[in-house]
Amino acid sequence: MTLSHPPALAVRDLCVTFQRNGCETRVIHDIDFEIAAGETLALVGESGSGKSVTSMALMRLLGRQSRAAVTGQVALHAATEREPIDLLQIDDARMRQLRGRRIAMIFQEPLTALNPVHRVGDQIAEVVRFHSGSPRRQARAQALALLEQVGIPEPSSRLDSYPHELSGGMRQRVVIAMALAMEPDVLIADEPTTALDVTVQAQILTLLKTLQRDTGMAMLFITHDFGVVSEVADRVAVMYAGRIVEEGDVEAVLARPLMPYTAGLLASVPRLERAGLPGERLATIAGRVPDPASLPAGCSFQPRCTFAVPGTCDSAVPALASLKAGRRVRCTRAHELIPAEELSPCPQTS
Amino acid sequence: MPADVMIETVALKKHFPVRKGILQREAKAVRALDGISLTIRRGEVLGLVGESGSGKSTLGKTLMMQEPPTSGQIVFGDTEISRFSERLLKPFRRRMQMIFQDPFSSLNPRMSVGDSLTMPLRFQAPDMSASARLDKARQVIETVGLSGDILERFPHEFSGGQRQRIGIARALITDPEFIVADEAVSALDVSVQAQVLNLLTEIRHRWQLTMLFVTHDLAVVGHIADRVAVMYLGKIVEVAPTRELFTRPRHPYTEALMSAVPTPERRAHQRIMLEGDIPSPISPPSGCAFRTRCPYAKPACADSAPPLDVRGTGHYAACHRPELELASPIAT
Repeated sequence: MTLSHPPALAVRDLCVTFQRNGCETRVIHDIDFEIAAGETLALVGESGSGKSVTSMALMRLLGRQSRAAVTGQVALHAATEREPIDLLQIDDARMRQLRGRRIAMIFQEPLTALNPVHRVGDQIAEVVRFHSGSPRRQARAQALALLEQVGIPEPSSRLDSYPHELSGGMRQRVVIAMALAMEPDVLIADEPTTALDVTVQAQILTLLKTLQRDTGMAMLFITHDFGVVSEVADRVAVMYAGRIVEEGDVEAVLARPLMPYTAGLLASVPRLERAGLPGERLATIAGRVPDPASLPAGCSFQPRCTFAVPGTCDSAVPALASLKAGRRVRCTRAHELIPAEELSPCPQTS
Repeated sequence: MPADVMIETVALKKHFPVRKGILQREAKAVRALDGISLTIRRGEVLGLVGESGSGKSTLGKTLMMQEPPTSGQIVFGDTEISRFSERLLKPFRRRMQMIFQDPFSSLNPRMSVGDSLTMPLRFQAPDMSASARLDKARQVIETVGLSGDILERFPHEFSGGQRQRIGIARALITDPEFIVADEAVSALDVSVQAQVLNLLTEIRHRWQLTMLFVTHDLAVVGHIADRVAVMYLGKIVEVAPTRELFTRPRHPYTEALMSAVPTPERRAHQRIMLEGDIPSPISPPSGCAFRTRCPYAKPACADSAPPLDVRGTGHYAACHRPELELASPIAT
């Protein structure tokens, strides 16, 4: 894909290694992806695939206690800066300035991101004051404007509410208001609608898309739900055992997954369209996600893959090959399983 | 009562008192179940959907008589059990079992899987010998696709999918007729969820089980249920055979719920967006409880609660506007 200007976020060769009891376990292997301003990349995977660890590593939230070694490059290209900043190279003080201002994050459970003993208006105003140093009264006015922007009814009376007085959907709106207070260039959303009812989920997804259209922020949207992916994302990257195994435009990947793991995942989701039709069995993927401390040899998915060939798939980790139209797939047998016209890689754009 | 009915409720109510002041006066009540009349036929899987706070989990627990109902009747087989003491309930406990969302929280971490599984039998079948109990445990653990040698192991040694299989095995060990599955696959990854759904379908036929399948996931309920009931604020607003409900919804809430489900196929579809959240069950709106969020509400909807009326074969809906043409996400 040709990008006219540099991506808002470019991740290169990101690796995360945890150290425990003298043992080193690599949980994230050479992740690379780019997100343009105004674009949404969905990171999909099952539990244990490493999607949340990836997002924590990007935000430098893997603290010293977790004894994680993070290597690679995380280039944030803020609209206010001429040069991209490598988030992994700057010091903690500089990172604190950028976090929340240029790159922000929202989580699955808004209650854990909110302080239970402070009114939500004060919490939003605090973010504004920390980053912009505005006087109290101005910060409060801005908090009110933000609550209005995220669609909270009667925002002026809600400023004085405590988190426990709000519903799950309203809390998530407050957290979104805090994250977007400084109009960040990049928003990382880690399963932000997973704990919500479908009706409220639809409201929050619409809100995020509207805010993105208005601010032009890039969004990294982490989810396990392919329905949500099709709803919010432009592109999708599928993770398995700490690696990206497939990437491409959402329509293309959902319509024609190329990696057997993606195909298996999509096939195992019950279809609303088939509701109430006499039951066939759901397709399943045998076995389960491997332990990162003892990954199988070669392709991490090969022990569960119906297409695996002994001697080929278990000999080396396949490369993430670039195909046409910005698609990438990590499969040794891609050349046999995928029609030739889709395989021919596009000329590399630099 | 016809012989093919497994469990029936008549005007079932469950109110939780909200106490106030130093005298703990009963000020108000959370009307978790507000007059549920429902029949589950022998051998069928009835799906129960609704948002959180709709009362769907409370209905499951009340049917199990874990909570005595405030009023109304529960008829199990041909016995009314809603006023039974724990002693009178004991013979019925064996026949009804529950599967939970998080089986780990219902397994004792200090007990081996074998001890956890056989515990219900010690109460329900005190005459059974220890070795007979273990044989039975081995039999059910193999039914759910695990090997008998895991009986000596402990819950923490298992993955989420395996624990849910153990939870299912424990429900099956007393040879129940009726099972309430409360969000039984909701915490599982999609590939594991598919395995557990296939297992539930298999054992349901093999053991001729009757099931109430409580979930918030419409695609899951569409896959497993024969009929689906939709709950809103303690009331059933629509019930119909599964295909009928999904293709021809007759209640605006059902329409909105289905419309909100994101699916990989439908992108940028016309969506009926519900505003706000489910109101508090302490003070539900007058008349039709859904009218505050209903896009089709008329002033008259505030006057009286609509009854659950016939809309087709086995299809009932509680709406003052039966003339509405509602959209289905899967209409052909």
